[in-house]
Amino acid sequence: MNLKSLKKAFPYTIPVMLGYLFLGSAFGILLSSKGYGPIWALIMSVTMYAGSGQFVAIGFLTSPFDLWNAFFVTLMVNLRHLFYGLSLLERFKKAGKKRFYMMFSLTDETYSLLCGIKAPKGVDEHQFYCSIGFLDHIYWIVSCVLGNIIGSTIPFNSKGIDFVMTALFMVIFLDQWKDSKTHIPQFVGIGISVICLLIVGSEGFLLPAMSLILICSGILKRRLEAKLQ
Amino acid sequence: MTLPIHQALLIILVSAVATFLTRALPFLLFPPHKKTPAFILYLGKVLPFATIGMLLVYCLKDVSIITWSHGLPEAIALLTITAVHLWKRNILLSVGGGTVFYMILVQCFFSV
Repeated sequence: MNLKSLKKAFPYTIPVMLGYLFLGSAFGILLSSKGYGPIWALIMSVTMYAGSGQFVAIGFLTSPFDLWNAFFVTLMVNLRHLFYGLSLLERFKKAGKKRFYMMFSLTDETYSLLCGIKAPKGVDEHQFYCSIGFLDHIYWIVSCVLGNIIGSTIPFNSKGIDFVMTALFMVIFLDQWKDSKTHIPQFVGIGISVICLLIVGSEGFLLPAMSLILICSGILKRRLEAKLQ
Repeated sequence: MTLPIHQALLIILVSAVATFLTRALPFLLFPPHKKTPAFILYLGKVLPFATIGMLLVYCLKDVSIITWSHGLPEAIALLTITAVHLWKRNILLSVGGGTVFYMILVQCFFSV
């Protein structure tokens, strides 16, 4: 990573910065209310770097010690990340050692940014991707720690602030809609997820949804492949 | 309750490893020096579109249509974001403005 790629990447990451500021400080506040101070917010945001994963981990930290439970529940909560890796295999292929940091920093938000943009001219592609992940990581760490320190002392009605992520995904969805020749994959993604949500409920719908999306993609391969080039 | 320091650190370590695994697994299964199967390459092209749709549903999973406020603030905000984004195509305006608009909706008009 160099200064040039960081500078180029910065404007793209502003929406995520806003989102993380809210989401991260919400996490920090919650963590401090459970008796864990800023150092814990720092350790968690640096090593885990996962929104929903960290919220779930607060639960592990406030109930009787159970490592296996922590491991498997975190796996389940973050299972959707498997799709991110599959989507980015080709783009990360030539990134060398940087790949490992790029994998590590693949949060929902970083992934959705990477889906929506290409590296601008004159910047090394992988430096650029890496910079996005890194900037997002910094925002996340700062927000989690800051929230933990001062969040609970400033009165502020933050109700509805978590909608910032929904808004970000909606915008990326719209941009993808405009850029793609076929909208079938988007219908598949939304349609199957809604059906699974209605049948299974909000707790465990992602796993069946992901499986069905894979199956559907397989069935539609011949139809879609030509249009996706 | 809080855990003793060494137990808390272990919990965080294990959660961090599990998180990294879910992100890294595809890359470890299909390393760059090996030829990636054609079907996986195809998935790489379809999944970004399907996944963002899935994430959108995931964000809205706890919205109940049956009980008050019937998903109305979410629907209104998303439609507004769509309109603003198609009009201006400015991510910051769409995301920032859309969120503030939603917060006003749930705090002032749909609060109960």
